[in-house]
Amino acid sequence: MAQDNTNVIDQPEVMQPRMVSIEISGKKYDVPEGITVIKALWYTGQEVVRGAGCLGGFCGACATYYRTKDDPKVRTCLACQMAVEDGMSFTIMPPFPARKAIYDLQTLKDPKQDLFNLYPEAPLCRNCNACTEACPQKIDVREGVWKAVFGDFKSVSEMFMDCVMCGMCTPVCIADIAPNLVALYVSRAQGARFTEKPVGLDARIKEIQEGRYNDEWKKLLNMSEKELADHCATVK
Amino acid sequence: MDIHALQQIVHQTRDARRKQTIPKFSPADRDQLIHKYHPDYRASAYRPIRFGPNADEKTVVELAALLEGDSLITDEMDLTPQYTTDVLVIGGGGAGCAAALHAHHAGAKVMLATKLRLGDSNSVMAQGGMQISVAPEDSPVTHFIDTLKGGHMHNDHDLLKVMVEEGPSIAKWLIELGVLFDRQADGNLHVKKGGGSSKPRLVTCSDYTGLEMMRVLKDEVLNQKIQLLEFCAAVELLSDEHGQCTGAIFKDLDNHRFVVVAAKSVILATGGIGRLHIQGFPTSNHYGATGDGLCLSYRMGAKLAHIDTFQYHPSGAVYPEQLVGQLVTEGIRSEGGHLVNAKGERFVNELDTRDVVSSSIIRECEEGRGIRTMSGRVGVWLDTPLLDAEHGPGTVEKHFPAMMMQFERFGIDISKDPVLIYPTLHYQNGGVKIDTNSETNVKNLFVAGEASGGLHGRNRLMGNSLLDLMVFGKRSGLTAASRAASMSHGKLTVQHLQRFRADAKKHGNVSGVTSPMILPAYTRKVS
Repeated sequence: MAQDNTNVIDQPEVMQPRMVSIEISGKKYDVPEGITVIKALWYTGQEVVRGAGCLGGFCGACATYYRTKDDPKVRTCLACQMAVEDGMSFTIMPPFPARKAIYDLQTLKDPKQDLFNLYPEAPLCRNCNACTEACPQKIDVREGVWKAVFGDFKSVSEMFMDCVMCGMCTPVCIADIAPNLVALYVSRAQGARFTEKPVGLDARIKEIQEGRYNDEWKKLLNMSEKELADHCATVK
Repeated sequence: MDIHALQQIVHQTRDARRKQTIPKFSPADRDQLIHKYHPDYRASAYRPIRFGPNADEKTVVELAALLEGDSLITDEMDLTPQYTTDVLVIGGGGAGCAAALHAHHAGAKVMLATKLRLGDSNSVMAQGGMQISVAPEDSPVTHFIDTLKGGHMHNDHDLLKVMVEEGPSIAKWLIELGVLFDRQADGNLHVKKGGGSSKPRLVTCSDYTGLEMMRVLKDEVLNQKIQLLEFCAAVELLSDEHGQCTGAIFKDLDNHRFVVVAAKSVILATGGIGRLHIQGFPTSNHYGATGDGLCLSYRMGAKLAHIDTFQYHPSGAVYPEQLVGQLVTEGIRSEGGHLVNAKGERFVNELDTRDVVSSSIIRECEEGRGIRTMSGRVGVWLDTPLLDAEHGPGTVEKHFPAMMMQFERFGIDISKDPVLIYPTLHYQNGGVKIDTNSETNVKNLFVAGEASGGLHGRNRLMGNSLLDLMVFGKRSGLTAASRAASMSHGKLTVQHLQRFRADAKKHGNVSGVTSPMILPAYTRKVS
C-alpha cells in the first residue's frame, strides 16, 4: 500500500493522546481525552458487569449522569456513546426500581382507558419537563406523556421509536411516572389494537397453509446439486 | 489532511456516479475475489480443532482455543439444584425471549437465564430489518433461493425451508404483540430490498427493527412473569448417565456464587462471537458476544457446523475512533448509497452479498485506494449525502434516525458528509448443528439463533437473522415444552466433563484457557 500522506485523515488526538482529569463516581483519574465513558472505566482498571450492554447505543444498559467542568448542570448520556473531556465527572446510573404494570394486550377492553388503571399516575404530570431534559435520545418525553393521556397513541408510538429504555426519565419525575414504561404500553397497544391488519400478510399465510407452493417445492428439492445451482442462477 | 478536504472527492464525483451502473460479479469472478480477500480464506488465522466432535476440522485460532478450553467446574462440585424447571432458556436476546414465550404459552414452567440484563444482545441492535416474503410478487420459494445463493449453496435445506415458510406467521405473531412494522398507505407491510435479495422483502421499524422487537419481547416476558435469572453466566451444562442434557450451572456475576438449575431440557440462545475479535477485527457485537454456547455444547458432545466461516459486515465505522467497529446500517446501501474509494470511484455493486462487498472493500484498501486514519485504520467512503440528493432533502434523517444520532454525538452530520467504513466482525455464520426442531445431537439440548448452525450456509443473507431467531426460538420452545409434559427430570452429573477432560489430556492439555469466556478482558491491567 502507498504510504504517502495524501489519503490520511488528521487525528492529532489519536497520535498524541492528551491526558485529561476526570471523576468517576467521585474519584479522580487521568485518562486519554476523547475515549468513551465506558472505555474510561476499563482504562482505570474497573471490571464492568452492570452498566454495559450492546456498546452500540441501542440497549440503554449504560445510562450515565455526567457534568462538565464548572457547569452545575447534571446531564445524561449513554456511556458507550459519550467521549470524555477534561474536568468531566460521571456516575453510571444504577437500575431504578420503577413499577412496570402487568397486562395482556389482547384481552384489554379499552386500551386508551385502561392506561389510567395500569398507570394511574400518568395524568398527574406537573409539566416540569425534567423527563425531556433527561432523555439522551432527545425525545420530547413530557409531550409524549400528555399525548398518551389524551389518547393520541399513534403520535406517542412514533415519538418513542428512538427510546432505548434507559429509564433516565424515571428518577427525575416528581409525579412518579415512568414515562418510558407508559410509552411502551401505549406503543404496544397502538401496534396490537389500533393499527390496520395487513391483509396481504394473512393472504400469504393462507397460501402457505393451503400448499400453494408445494409443486414448486417438490420440483426444487428434487433437483440435483448442479440443477439447483443452475436454477438459482436464473433468479436475479 | 483534514477530513473535510478528503471528503471533497466524494462530493465532486457524486453526480457522475449517479449515472453509473455497476454490474454484479459473475460467479467465477466472485469466487476469485472472495478467495483472495475475504478473511475466511486467510489460512494463517485457522488451525484444526484437536479433539471433540469436530476433531481435525479447522476454525479460527481464537475459537479453537476456547472449544478445547477447560471448565470452571470440578468433579466434586455439589450439584444439588437451587432451581428446578421444565425448560431452561439460556440467553436473553431475540431467540431466548421467543423460546421462553412460546414454551411458557405451551404450558411449560420456564426459566430464562442471562449473563447480562434481559434483552442485552445483538438482536437489539439489528437495524436493517427482517426478511419475510409478504410482497405479492415474492414467495417463500424465492426467499429460499436467495438465501441459498447468499450462503453459497451450503445451507441446510430443511432448516431453510422451515424458516422461509414460517416467516409470515412470525410477522403476524409480532404484530399481535404490538410490534410497529412500517406500513404502506394501504395498511400492508412495507418491504425494502436488501443486499443479495431478488425481491423487496425486508420488513422494518425505521432503522430500529431489532430495538422495537426487543422492547416488545422483553416487556412480554415480564408480563408473562417468566422466571428470570439475570447477571448469571452459564459455565457448564449438566448431563445424565445417558449423556442427555438435564440442566446447567451458572456463575452469579454479582456474588460469584454457583447456581445449579435442573431442567427437563435446555435451550441455548447465547448468540455470537464478535467479542473474540477474530483476526484482530473490531466488532459490531454486544459486550457478551463471546461464543459461550459453542463451548458449552461442544463439551457435551454436540457437533458444530460451518464453524470456519464468519460474516464481516461491509460497513463498520472507522472514524471517529469512538465508533470504530459499530455498524453503519446496510439500509443506506439498500436505498442507493454508493461505496467510493479514495479516487472517487465506485468499485462494487453495493447490493451484492455481504461477503462480496466486504471482500471488495478489503481489496480497495490493500491495493492502496483506501483512506487511512492516523490510528492506523483504513476504509472507504459510504456516500450517505447521496440519499438526500437522490430522494430529497431530509431522507437520511427520516429513514435513519438512529444512524444520524450516533454520528451527531461526535459532531458529524451524515446527511451532509460521507462516512468512512471498513468491514467489521458481525456474525457467526455457523454454530451448533441443529435439526428442524432446533435440537442438537445431544438429546434435550436445543440451540436457537446465532449460536446454531447450518441454516445460513457460508454467508448469512441480510435480514435473515431476526427471522432465524423468531422461527427457531419458537420451534425450540414448543418442542421443549411439549416434551416436558411426558418426561421427568434426569440425574444431574458432569460425566460429560470427565470424557472431555480425558480427551483433552490425550492431546496434551494444551489449550491453557478456561471457557466460556463470559466477558471480554477489556479492563486495562497495570503491572
